Amino acid sequence: MKGFYFILISAFLAQNLNAQDKYLTKEGFISFFSHSIVEDIKADNNQVLSVLDTQTGKIAIQLLMRSFMFKKTLMREHFNENYVESYKYPKATFSGEIKNFDELNEEQTETEIIGILTVHGKEKEISTKVIVNVSESEIILTGDFKVDIADFNIKIPAIVANNIAKTIKVSFELHHKPYK
Amino acid sequence: MRYFLISFLMLLVPTIGFSQDLEAILEQESLETSPLTFGTFNGTRLLNGHSVETRKEGVLEFLISHRFGRLNSGFDQLFGLDESNIRFGFEYALHDKLTIAFGRSSLEKTFDSYLKYRLAQQKTGKTPFPFSITLFGSAAEKTIKDYLPENKPTFSERLTYTGQVLIARKFNPNLSFQLAPTYVHFNTVSTENDPHDMFVLGLGTRIKISKRVSINGEYYYNVNPFESFDTKNSLAFGIDIETGGHIFQLIFTNAVSMIEKGFITETTGGFFKGDIHFGFNISRAFQIKKPK
Repeated sequence: MKGFYFILISAFLAQNLNAQDKYLTKEGFISFFSHSIVEDIKADNNQVLSVLDTQTGKIAIQLLMRSFMFKKTLMREHFNENYVESYKYPKATFSGEIKNFDELNEEQTETEIIGILTVHGKEKEISTKVIVNVSESEIILTGDFKVDIADFNIKIPAIVANNIAKTIKVSFELHHKPYK
Repeated sequence: MRYFLISFLMLLVPTIGFSQDLEAILEQESLETSPLTFGTFNGTRLLNGHSVETRKEGVLEFLISHRFGRLNSGFDQLFGLDESNIRFGFEYALHDKLTIAFGRSSLEKTFDSYLKYRLAQQKTGKTPFPFSITLFGSAAEKTIKDYLPENKPTFSERLTYTGQVLIARKFNPNLSFQLAPTYVHFNTVSTENDPHDMFVLGLGTRIKISKRVSINGEYYYNVNPFESFDTKNSLAFGIDIETGGHIFQLIFTNAVSMIEKGFITETTGGFFKGDIHFGFNISRAFQIKKPK
């Protein structure tokens, strides 16, 4: 009987362990910014899904291209229909790892994040600086990086070539909470 | 010892089992269940008539439409280009699903106003829906003084109403189709034999030939047309060209009117006899209110 309790407690512990090493957000923030001589284009996505494993430092991020909000609604329609083809490629994903995650303490630390970014069905390895802020209730990741539109096979027609930058700045801010 | 081993395994198994499964957690938490189908047609007009599309909240669309004279009117009329009919319209989206509009046509000096409401949108995924459905209702007031002074019609006598149920399906990114059962009511008709109520069935399609260019076709079959003069069903073909905030539509049609009651019920040209009007719609969208 003693053994049986032991199993029960272990099972409870096991669940607890699981619960504590995964951190998740459903309301992560990712935005992109394009600067050109004609206009600046900015789009925000406040519905980014991200899950972080604190045991391994591994991270998986996913967002819906349709959830990017623009200043003009027509831009959003064109972005989805003509550029990123959201009906074919609804999601963008990132799957990677935060370097030296186990050495991070409760303060703000700068480290590196490496992984594969998939947009418009094309994969690209991304390596960038990330600021990790660990506290009891959340783990915050912030940073930005640049991507070339050409790497993702997104075609820009000549007529709007001056309106859209060839290199886009992507910023992220992800507030992960313990995942239950 | 045995219990200890089992416990140890239980401790281990879930950790191993779940550590690789961040993607599985994402799938489970993913929001997207039934994505809506967008862009069934490029603009709010298929050619002459409306498409199921509405503008997003806070967008004001300024639409300028032209129909020139008949192509078969010869060189003397520069194949119809000497003659021009215009409609301009201001169309404002009060909501993603509701548009209100006012327009003025040079033909018969007609004012028109419509309300357009998007009832349902095509969806895929877990709870799919096969069609987009939009309701359309308009009133047109003819203000041309083509009557004898003693017969001056009242405001109400000058009105004509149109109601449509637009039903469309985007079969794939390049092919969309639309059905448009239509009802037209005339407060005044020219002779006693003419019906006050007409029932018409509209058919339309869009075939995309590139990301920004498509070929459109549209046909309205009138079940009970006017008796007092010979009318034809309206037929139109055209090309849509989309560039940023503009849509250009180049149109060949036997109709000269650009509002529903006109091109649907009062078209007299025979398309295959060469009574074809060249025309265009140019639309420019302005974001009046910031999107939420």
